[in-house]
Formats: sequence, C-alpha cells, structure tokens
Amino acid sequence: MALLEAKGIGKSFRGLRAVHDASFEIAEGTINALIGPNGAGKTTIFNMIAGVFAPDSGSIVFDGKPIHGLRPDEICKAGIGRTFQIVKPFAGLTVLENVTVGGFLRERTTAGAQRVAMKVLERLNLGAKAHLPASSLTLPDRKRLEVARALATRPKLLLLDEVMAGLRPTECDQIVEVFRDLNRAEGTTILLIEHVMRAVMALAQHVGVLHHGEVIARGAPQEIVRHPAVLECYLGEDTEL
Amino acid sequence: MRHRAAILLALLAAFLIAFPAFAGPYVLSVATLILYFAYVGQAWNVMMGFAGQLSLGHALYVGIGGYTAGALFFHFGLGPWAGLWIAMAMCVLFGLVIGFLAFRFGISGVYFALLTIAFAEFTRIGFDHLDWTGGPGGMFLKVAQRDTWDLANFRGPPLMYYYTILFLAAAALGLCWLLLKSKAGYYWQAIRENEEAAQALGINTFRWKMLAVAISAAMTSIAGVFFAFYYNNLFPEQVFNISRSIEIILGPIIGGIGTLFGPILGAVVLTLLSDGITEALAALGWEIPGIKQVFYGVVLLAVIMFLPHGIWPTLARRLGIR
Repeated sequence: MALLEAKGIGKSFRGLRAVHDASFEIAEGTINALIGPNGAGKTTIFNMIAGVFAPDSGSIVFDGKPIHGLRPDEICKAGIGRTFQIVKPFAGLTVLENVTVGGFLRERTTAGAQRVAMKVLERLNLGAKAHLPASSLTLPDRKRLEVARALATRPKLLLLDEVMAGLRPTECDQIVEVFRDLNRAEGTTILLIEHVMRAVMALAQHVGVLHHGEVIARGAPQEIVRHPAVLECYLGEDTEL
Repeated sequence: MRHRAAILLALLAAFLIAFPAFAGPYVLSVATLILYFAYVGQAWNVMMGFAGQLSLGHALYVGIGGYTAGALFFHFGLGPWAGLWIAMAMCVLFGLVIGFLAFRFGISGVYFALLTIAFAEFTRIGFDHLDWTGGPGGMFLKVAQRDTWDLANFRGPPLMYYYTILFLAAAALGLCWLLLKSKAGYYWQAIRENEEAAQALGINTFRWKMLAVAISAAMTSIAGVFFAFYYNNLFPEQVFNISRSIEIILGPIIGGIGTLFGPILGAVVLTLLSDGITEALAALGWEIPGIKQVFYGVVLLAVIMFLPHGIWPTLARRLGIR
C-alpha cells in the first residue's frame, strides 16, 4: 500500500489553474522527486501536502488517513516533516535548540527532546556546531539544519523543498549522500521537489514531471530523461546529465 | 559558569532580604517600586520576550486585577487572598478574549499591539462610567492600621509590602526560569523566531500563544492586586493609562527582552535613574518644567543606541556567566 496517495487534486488561485487533476502515489521506503519547469505547480502540490492550503478538489491520503485540509501542525503530527526552500532557522536560538523544538513533538521532557536532537545532528554532521547560534551557520549548514529540525519530529515521510538550490555541486553531492544514507538506514520515505537534475538523477527512484499543473510523466529517472513530452517541455533535446 | 551565576544570585537574594535593616522609609519605598516593576516586567516578558507577542496594553491586567480584588474588598470585605483568584480569572478571561480575536483572525505584530492598546483604552473608559467602582472619582480602600502585619487582609507596615513583592519577584523569576527550559519555552521561542517554521514542526501556534497570554495576564493580575492594596486608591485615568503600559515594558526593553534578568536589571536602572534625576535636579536647583523627562529620554535613547539588545546580555558576558 502506498504511504501517500494523491487522487485528482486541484488548486486554482483567482481562476488561475495552478494544479489540475494531479494523481500520484508514494510507496513506503522510496525516494521520489517531483520536477518541472517554473510555474508548473510543484510548490502548490508541496503546499497542499504540507497543509499550507487545502486542495480545491481531490483527496490526499497519508498512512491510511485523509489529510487534505489539515493544518501544517496536524500534518506534522501525522508524520510528515518538511523543509522550506527559503530556509527559516530560529535565528536567535542555537543549532541544538532549533532541533530540540522538533524533538518535542514525540518527547515529553527537555532531556528527551535534546537527546533526539543530538542524534539527528550527528547524523547530519552538525554535531560539532550544536552550540553555535543558528544565525552563524553558512547556507549549506542552514539547509542541513532545516532537514535536522524536520527529522527530529521523526517523520515517516520527509518533504524537501528545493533543498539543493543554491548549493555548490560538491555540497550538493554531500547532502545527497546524507539522504541516501537516511533512506537506507532508517527507511525514511522522501519526496523532493527539485530543480537540480544532478541531485534528482543521483537520488530519486521515482520521478514525476509536472507541466502546466498536470502530471505528464511518471517513472524511473532513466525513463523520464528519454520521455518525449518531458524533453519537449522541460529538459530540452540535448540536456546533459 | 553555572556556579558563578548561582553564587551571584545567592548574594543578591541575601542582600535583598537584609536590605530593610539598613534602609530608611524612602529608600524602602524605592526598593518596593523597583521590585514591583521587576515583577510586572517579568510577566510582560513571558508574552513578548518569550512568545514574541507585543502587548502595549498590560496596564489592562494591572487595572482589572487591582479593581477586581479592590472592589471585592471594598464592597464585601473579601480579603485579597480570596479576591486574588477572582482577579486572576478575570484577567485570564480578558487576555484570552484579546488573544482569540487576534490569533484566530491572523492579527499579529503592530496590529496585535494596537488591539492590546484598544482594549486597555476601552476598559479605562468603561471604568470611568462604572459607579460600582467609583467612576472617574476613584476607589479608596480603607486602611485600618499600618503597624502590625495583618497578612489576612494584607494590611500592615511598608516592610510587609517590601517582603511580599520581593517574594513575588523571586517567584516570577523562578517560574520564568522553569518555563524557559521546558517545552513551553522552546515552543514560544520558536513561534517568536519564525511562526511558519514553528507550525511546520507540529506546534499548534494558536494554542501556545493563548497559553503565553494567559500566563502573562495571570501574573500581571497579581501585580494589580498588590498595587491596589499598597497604594489603596485606584483611578481609571491612573491605572489604565497607556503611559502605565509603557512604564511596564521599559524595564525589560532596557534590561534585555527575552532574558531572565533583563526585567529585573531594567527595573533597577530605570527607577534609580528616574529618582536619581529628580534628586540631582533638586540639588542643582534647576526647576525647568519637563527637564526630568528630557534627561530620562536621552538616557533611554543612549541605552537603545549602544546596547540594542539591552543591558543584561552585555553585562552577563562581562560577569562571565554567559
């Protein structure tokens, strides 16, 4: 059974159709990517799953329960963690305190939440920076902090919103390695929305392509890059990967 | 680091407990005022410093608290220890109504602050027309005696009020310390720093903001009861005035918003400054109208310009306890 199943979801903004009749499912334990040109509706789909706004039509079922229309905090409690494309660290707090906030979702005590936070930080190679103010981190580290905070809520599904954007290729490869390791070691299901094809190709097992608010192709990365409709609307004829 | 802070705190506590032994009546009244502002500053800091919700109408809770317990005493002879709970309930109710209106309809930042001012002003006007509490002419509580400690009716010598407010200020410090290192403190600070990110981590921001308002209002209501029984008179113009609300928030701002010792330090600095300027000007024989306010304003300006995070964070670093 799919961990997350979206059926015919649609969303319009003042008459502008951002997403139309999109359906897809995400199997437990897999890494999935949603790609598409700017304005294709990727972020709208992301926001509907994360509870920022509800779909106008269709349903989203997570872990056997409908979640469309729930608030972001309820979505998180249900087991979906997310990051923000434009990072939103709690700048006045330390790195550890940032992640401890996430840890409190499933831990009652401060000590318990801190323990969870420290474990996550070590997994993301941020352990040495635990006591620095979050505002002192570099961009790649801030992106990691976003991921760490989301992971501290112990999600079954991790939503990553352009987490590679703005990273240098080597930094990008490092964080790809982190996600792959996470997926392998803990079985965390991942859905990433991504522009950086290098990361998508390296990481995703399943790819969905959005164009004008509709899913035009789904499949393994190798199939997607040869799909005529995808080449035409997004990647271009001679994309090098 | 920790030890150093603990030793300094113990020394401060010992000093404050022994203080009345070598203080005259005037100095004791100034110390009482300082502790009063330290206490209300701490209460306001829960809402603004911890949870990031700016209230510019905290005089509302002082007034509602004071008037409730005062009127119950005045009309029914109900002692402040019983009246306190009703006062607290009233203030929490007011706070929750304001919080509900603001947080349910997405009013935040300066608009939230405006709402808090509006409620304080409405209430001031309301009390101006409420005959039961004396209207604009005010309400006066009977003072039977000032010699013996009558704790049941909270009547007694200035020393009793000093120790009461000292206890309250210490309790508020302890409570805030506990809150800050608990789940509530983490969640409030997350909301303060970035509400959207906080919500994405599973925090029901509406509920936690309401809790911050409720705790802050409840703490401030106790200050109101103290105020009523210490000064024994209440006028709507005097207690609900916006300048009273500003007075409450200056301490924590000068001392350091969101810190535990900021409100205390700010209260000390501001009260001593205000009284010090008065004394100094009197000694110099300068009697220019408004000159005290000018001096006061210049000093505030200087602190905000050179120590934008307040005095405490800088001082704490100097003392080596941070």
